[in-house]
Amino acid sequence: MSAAEEVVAEGHQAVEAVPKRAMTLGTGTSLVVLAALLLVPMFVKNFIIFQMTMLLIYGLAVLALNILTGGSGQFSLGQSAFYAVGAYTSAVLMEHANINYALTIPISATVCFGFGYLFGKPALRLSGVYLALATFALATAMPQLLKLNFLEHWTGGVQGLVVTKPDAPFGLPMSQDTWLYYFTLIVTVAIYLLSVNLLRSRSGRAFMAIRDNEIAASSMGVNVSRYKTLAFGVSAAITGVAGSLGAIAVQFVAPDSYTITLAISLFLGMVVGGVGWLPGSFVGAAFIIFVPNMAESISKGLSGAVFGVLLFLVIYLVPHGARQIAILGQQFAGKLRKN
Amino acid sequence: MELFTNQVLAGIATGAIYACMALAVVMIYQAIDHLNFAQGEMAMFSTFISWQLMQWGVSYWAAFVITLAFSFVAGIAIERILFKPLAKAPVLTNVAGFIALFAIINSSAGLIWDFTIKQYPTPFGSAPFLGSQLISTHQAGMIGVTVLLLLGLYFFFQYTRIGLAMRAAASVPESARLVGINTSWMIALGWGMATAIGSIAGMLIAPVVFLEPNMMGGVLIYGFAAAVLGGLSSPFGAVVGGFLVGVFENLAGTYIPGVGNELKLPIALALIISVLVVKPAGLFGRQIVKRV
Repeated sequence: MSAAEEVVAEGHQAVEAVPKRAMTLGTGTSLVVLAALLLVPMFVKNFIIFQMTMLLIYGLAVLALNILTGGSGQFSLGQSAFYAVGAYTSAVLMEHANINYALTIPISATVCFGFGYLFGKPALRLSGVYLALATFALATAMPQLLKLNFLEHWTGGVQGLVVTKPDAPFGLPMSQDTWLYYFTLIVTVAIYLLSVNLLRSRSGRAFMAIRDNEIAASSMGVNVSRYKTLAFGVSAAITGVAGSLGAIAVQFVAPDSYTITLAISLFLGMVVGGVGWLPGSFVGAAFIIFVPNMAESISKGLSGAVFGVLLFLVIYLVPHGARQIAILGQQFAGKLRKN
Repeated sequence: MELFTNQVLAGIATGAIYACMALAVVMIYQAIDHLNFAQGEMAMFSTFISWQLMQWGVSYWAAFVITLAFSFVAGIAIERILFKPLAKAPVLTNVAGFIALFAIINSSAGLIWDFTIKQYPTPFGSAPFLGSQLISTHQAGMIGVTVLLLLGLYFFFQYTRIGLAMRAAASVPESARLVGINTSWMIALGWGMATAIGSIAGMLIAPVVFLEPNMMGGVLIYGFAAAVLGGLSSPFGAVVGGFLVGVFENLAGTYIPGVGNELKLPIALALIISVLVVKPAGLFGRQIVKRV
C-alpha cells in the first residue's frame, strides 16, 4: 500500500514527506466538485446553505494551517488568534468605519499577514513542542486581549460586535444567505488556486525543502528564516480572510468565540483531511462542523465521548487522513482503466 | 518587601501543583516522545476513582494505594489498546488521538460523577504551616511529596536496570532493540508510570482546586508550560520549572498594573516564551544534537 509509505528521515520530524504531485486533486475531479458546489445551493434550504458557507470558511482556515504545517513543517496551535484578528478587523471596519464588507477582506488579509509575519520572527528560534507552546500562548492570550478596557470602544469588550449581513448586489434575486455563499465560494476558489500555485512555485519548494530537512535546505541556498516567517505570514493572512468571512456569515464577533478550542478544531480538521493535502482541508472542515453535531444527536450526555470514539475510528482507519482514501481511489481507478 | 516575600511564598505553594503535573508530563515525554494532552484528564479520572472509594468507606491511604495501582494498570491498558496501533502513524495523528482521549475521559467523568464541585480530603490537614498564613500544611505536604517523587524517579532512572532500559528505549530505540530491550513494553511501562504519577498529582491538587471533571484544564496548561520551561528531558527541570511558573504568575499578578486573573496566564506564558527564545531547549534540557 503506497499510501502508507513515508520517508521517515529522522525521528524528530513532525510531518511526513508528501509527494509533491499528490498535494492537489486532478483537473477533472476539481471541476466536478466545483460544479457541485455551484449547483447544490439552488436546491437546498437556507440553513444548509449557511452550513455550506461555514464549511468553506473553516476549510480555508484549515487550508491555511495546512500550508504552514504540511507545507513548511511548522506546527501551530495559534490559528484561532489569526482568525480572531481577521474577524475583528472586518467587524470594526464595517461597523465603525462603514467600509463595504468586500473591501474589508483584503484589508484584514494584509493586517493578518503583518501580524503573522511578526509573530513568525521570534518563533524562528523555536520548533516542535516549543513552537506549539508559543502558538498556544498566542491563542490563550487573544480573547483576553480583545476584552481589554481601552479597546472596548472599538471591540465592544466582552459583549462583542454585531455585524450587518450584506444584501445581494446588483439586485440579484437571491437571499442574503445564498449571496454570501457564492461570495465565500468565489473567495475560497481564488485562495485555493493561489495556494496551489504557491506550493508549486519556488517559494513552495523552499517551504517543503525546509520541512523535509532544514539543514539540507539551507545548504542548498534556501533562506530558511525568510521562508519560515513567510509561511507564517501567508498562513495568518488566509486564516484572517476566513475570520472575516466567518464574522460576516455569523453576523457577530465576540472574544469567547475565538478560544483555543477553535485552534484545536482546526488542527483536528487538518489531521482528518490529511496533513499536506490541500483538498483534504475541506474534508477536515466537514468533519469538525458535522461530527460534533452528530455526536450530540447520538447522545447528549456523552457527546464528547462519542466524538472522541468517532475521531479514534477515523485515525485508525486512515491514519493519513482523507488523502489516503484519495490515493487508494486513484489506484483503484488506475487498475480499472488497465483491465 | 514583605509583600514580595509573601507573593513568592504563595507562588511556591501554587508552584507545587504545577511541579507535580510537570513531572508527570516529563515522565511520559521521556517514554514516548510526545506531549500527552489527555494527561490531565487521566489524572482527574484517577482522582475521581479514589473519591468514589472513599465514599464507599475505604480509608484515605487504602484508596490512595488502590488508585495508584489502578492508574498504573489503566495507563498500560490505554497504551496497549489505543496507542500501540498508532505507533507507526504520523506524530500529528497521535496528537489527534490524545485529543480524542481527552474528550472521551472528560465526557465520561461528567456523566458518571456529574459536573458539581466536590470537596476532597487532605491527609496533611490544612492548618497554617509553621505559623505562615500563606502556606498550609497541605501545600507543604504537597511540596514534600513532589520532592520525594523526584528523588525516587532519579534513583529509578539512574540506578535500576529497568530505568536504564527505559532511558535507552526512549533515546535510541533501534540500538536498544539490538541489545535486547523490549522497547514496545518500555513505552507501555512509561505510560503506566506517568499515569500513576499523574494520579498522585491529581489527588494532591484536588483539595486545593476542588474535584470536578474540568479541574485539570488550567493545571495541565501550567504543567506543560513548566515542563517546557525546565526542559522536557529533565525531571529536575520540570519541578524547578513548576515552582518558577507559580512564582512568575503570582508576581505578574501583583506587580504589573492592569493584570487581573484573566491576564495572568498569557503573561506567564509570554515570559516562558521569552526564556525559550534565549534558551530553546529549556533551562535544564539537553540540547538536541542533529545528525546531518
